[in-house]
Amino acid sequence: MRDQPFHHTLMVRKDLCQGCTHCMKRCPTEAIRITGGKAQVDPERCVDCGQCMAVCPHNAIVIEQNDFQQIFHYKYRVAILPTLLIGQFDDDVSEEAMVDALHNIGFTHVHYAESGVDILKTLGKKISVYADQHPVVSSYCPAVVRLIQLRYPALLPNVNLMRTPAQITALYARVVLQSEGIASEDIGVFYITPCAAKYAQIKTPGSATSGLIQGGLNLDYVFNLMQTYLAQHPNRKNEELARWEKPKITGPAFLWSLTKGESAMMQGRTLSVDEVHNVIEFLELVEDDRHKNLDFLELRACDTGCTGGILTSRNRFLATERIKHHAATLPKELHEVDKARILSFSDQLIHNLKTDRIVAKHSLQLDRDVSMAIRKLEKVKRITEVLPGIDCGLCGCPTCRSLAEDIAKANASIRRCVVLKLTDPHGLNNLAKIWGEVIQKDQKPSTSEV
Amino acid sequence: MHVSFQVQAGDFSNAGKVSSTVKGILKQLNLGPAHIKRIIVALYEAEVNVVAHSYGGTITCEVEPESVDIMVCDTGPGIPDLDLAMTEGWSTATPEVREMGFGAGMGLANIRKNTDRLAIDTGEDKPTRIHMCFDLADGATHA
Repeated sequence: MRDQPFHHTLMVRKDLCQGCTHCMKRCPTEAIRITGGKAQVDPERCVDCGQCMAVCPHNAIVIEQNDFQQIFHYKYRVAILPTLLIGQFDDDVSEEAMVDALHNIGFTHVHYAESGVDILKTLGKKISVYADQHPVVSSYCPAVVRLIQLRYPALLPNVNLMRTPAQITALYARVVLQSEGIASEDIGVFYITPCAAKYAQIKTPGSATSGLIQGGLNLDYVFNLMQTYLAQHPNRKNEELARWEKPKITGPAFLWSLTKGESAMMQGRTLSVDEVHNVIEFLELVEDDRHKNLDFLELRACDTGCTGGILTSRNRFLATERIKHHAATLPKELHEVDKARILSFSDQLIHNLKTDRIVAKHSLQLDRDVSMAIRKLEKVKRITEVLPGIDCGLCGCPTCRSLAEDIAKANASIRRCVVLKLTDPHGLNNLAKIWGEVIQKDQKPSTSEV
Repeated sequence: MHVSFQVQAGDFSNAGKVSSTVKGILKQLNLGPAHIKRIIVALYEAEVNVVAHSYGGTITCEVEPESVDIMVCDTGPGIPDLDLAMTEGWSTATPEVREMGFGAGMGLANIRKNTDRLAIDTGEDKPTRIHMCFDLADGATHA
């Protein structure tokens, strides 16, 4: 089903971009080029990990904003919040105050996204995974799934097809409301997203969240609304806070989005890797197929897991500590009453726990035709030998090698090399004649500005 | 296209570097994942054999649209009994080599399993030349 083009949520603000190359150097998939002094993101290569946004010193990379008011199109407005939201607040904001604030900014129902873990465990007695190849790779982080689709298609059969906890929670919340006689069109389920990748997934038609989640809300925006409410209502009484039902979740599920939170609940030999460059290093090894002793791999694009998401505001280590502290106060198992309630809906849930198979996207190849690709690669080799090899980035490509690839693909001219221009301008003229003067990158439809 | 690499004897910390590099090249050439996988598995085994058992050698790859040819040549000491060496589980690897996770005796058998044509020229006190051919017919590329 996921053969639709990716929706990307990261955008370059040309008015703020200084063309400084920080994002280009950091991008794990070499998706960024500086053209005309401004950063451009290649939508074919971007996985929405958000590294560029995190590293930009000019705040020129922004995430698509969504209209919070959209929630009011629905009579019943369900907030699916990641547990890391509590980690965004200091200890003086209690869980009750947080839930109260969410209701007062407009939600009628509040669920922790990770409570889907408890639902899955109750339905199957353990956390089940579903994949065709060993070791099973977590599908929790959508940036990692995109990375595998683009760069490691051989590992697609390893990706767990079981729905993520947030999707299961969204499914459950809807099923419960419908059982109370509420019409499906009156229910809006909204996920409060800590990162660009999860938001991008919700916005991509035909993705795993389609139909389950009506919209994504940026965590920073919701956090600001909540903080404003909390600041304006400093002395809420306990009985006012007690009006709302506390979202139910177990301690282990509460930790799921943190590094090792997911792998801790899996059977067999597991391993956790966080931060996207680390993930890439590790996927290279997995792809070589020499690690058959591992059973489950938890791979996350952000450092420390979702607390490192680019839309979070609090220091990720402090946020992680608060989440762990809070999880320690929670029960290890759901109450039997809550389990029975989940099981009473098992018929509506059990057939919808898996997502469709994930298909490959191709971004690395030089050409779709193998013989053309071979010719281009030989050209890349010859061009690379001429380039200075210092990866200065002044040409607008992250490395000399990537400039050579762009030249071979007729996306750039060797005239971009500033070092050759200074040291051998005459030779550069000759090389440009041999390898092409193409400087039509701006007109190329495949490299749109996002 | 043609690429070649030197392989040092006993350099286990770099064993696998050649196959990783070749993997990167094949991915850029849009070969199908299944072809890439079997080529890399066979190449890795051959590369480790050079590191673990020989005095060092070279690996050369010829990539054509229809086939990939890989020559792995070392400078000795050769394999005295090739039939025995082709048997799964048979290994002359020292305990030290096995300690590092190599030497399970699957090397040559694994190479044979993953190649379309395999020629091995060796003998006692002779260099070993392994010629691996991979056909890239049906399903070689993605649509």
